[in-house]
Amino acid sequence: MTFSAPAPQSHNTPSPDILVHAARLSYGGDLLFDHLDARFPGGRCTCLLGPSGVGKSSLLRLIAGLAPPGAGGEVIGGDGAPVTGRVAWMGQTEPLMPWLSARGNVAIGPRLRGEGGYDAASRRADALLTRVGLAGRERDRPATLSGGMRQRVALARTLFEDRPFVLMDEPFSALDAITRFALQEEAARHLAGRTVLLVTHDPLEALRLGHVVHVMAGRPAILGAPITPPGDPPRDLKDARLLALQGELLDRLAHAAAAA
Amino acid sequence: MTALRALVTLAGLIVSWQALVMATGLPPYLLPAPTRVARALVARWDILWHHTQITMLEIALGLVLGVLFGASCALTLAASRYARRWLMPILIASQAMPTFAIAPLLVLWFGYGLGSKIVMAIIVIFFTVASSFYDGLRRTEPGWLDLARTMSATPMRILWLVRVPAALPSLATGVRVAAVYAPVGAIIGEWVGASRGLGYLMLQSNARMQIDMLFAALLLLATFSMALYALVDALLRRLIAWAPERLSDDD
Repeated sequence: MTFSAPAPQSHNTPSPDILVHAARLSYGGDLLFDHLDARFPGGRCTCLLGPSGVGKSSLLRLIAGLAPPGAGGEVIGGDGAPVTGRVAWMGQTEPLMPWLSARGNVAIGPRLRGEGGYDAASRRADALLTRVGLAGRERDRPATLSGGMRQRVALARTLFEDRPFVLMDEPFSALDAITRFALQEEAARHLAGRTVLLVTHDPLEALRLGHVVHVMAGRPAILGAPITPPGDPPRDLKDARLLALQGELLDRLAHAAAAA
Repeated sequence: MTALRALVTLAGLIVSWQALVMATGLPPYLLPAPTRVARALVARWDILWHHTQITMLEIALGLVLGVLFGASCALTLAASRYARRWLMPILIASQAMPTFAIAPLLVLWFGYGLGSKIVMAIIVIFFTVASSFYDGLRRTEPGWLDLARTMSATPMRILWLVRVPAALPSLATGVRVAAVYAPVGAIIGEWVGASRGLGYLMLQSNARMQIDMLFAALLLLATFSMALYALVDALLRRLIAWAPERLSDDD
């Protein structure tokens, strides 16, 4: 399998949909989902909520190509090309490699793929670090950066990869409330126009960032009916309608957790 | 402060040793007084230094080669499933063999010179290095591996650019232990069959009842071993400065 590097995504040309068809995944003998169909709209941010262990992260891994979609299952882009190889991944755990500088972490992709042009990559990495507010910290190692700064570096790395599909697994869960708030805003701004899938535990985060919000529940799990909060992300949390929706979401999550 | 405390402890030990010898009147062929050892150290410095150099060379070469060999073993195991299946049992069996027992064989095969001592040191340390490095290679943070896979990295590139750097702190642990055991290997080799080196000198002195000489050789060996450990430790800290400090300051 070879993929040509994707053309840089402009904010105006939306990325394709992600289509999941008849996906099946079991983990440790439990069938997490079976015949799961889903369509995640292109150029939009879809948030996945659900009780722990329901299979949100597993679904994300499956879409990223880190887990097989099962016999007959398929994950494909809305443009008919595979999703694997066109994904920027932002994982749940410590995102940065401690032996690399901020710049080295941002520009790790070309090295891992064995592509040349390190000078150009470093310059692009520096520009992206400036864009996420880390100018002057290019040479610093992750240990000297705060948790919020490390997530900003991870965000810059995601932007560096410049993929149409961005998959994020609770990227902000380890941050304090204020840093999280700021990073949500930045992520929404920088990732606009891409097809984003965000797994989160936080209903308010989903309502703030998602064009569409799904609650995942049951075993095997299914995706609940989409909730489309009003307005464009990142939304203002002072909006009373969001708080009403948060109540509804918490209700659904409580039901889902009770059913599990 | 730490160095001062160590010096005070050392001085205390030497003074009590001297006092013990003076009080009991133990003959020098059983326990020579520190002053006697010091005299032997100065008077026969030429001989002692000659043999120390030999042993230092054996230990240094054994350490370098043992670390290289151990690290290569770990890399081979990490890179290939076949290596894990075929090499692992041999590695473990090799450790079940007491190294002392094969020392005479090594002297037979590699001669009385440096060769057998270096091989001995390698055998004593390579497994520690291999097992700690391999352990580190297997415990890479899963998130980094996921990230590398979504970036379409080949397994070989993941090994060199993610798993190896991530395992360097584990390798460093193995190398520190190796620095402690490499002198043991070299000295065993010299005891079994040698015509040079501190181990040889100690056996000779013992046989001739020159216990002050034996103590002087022991002192040089201990000093060199401690210096080697300190050097290796400082070097590793510099090389892997990014790794979180695991030792508390009390150590």
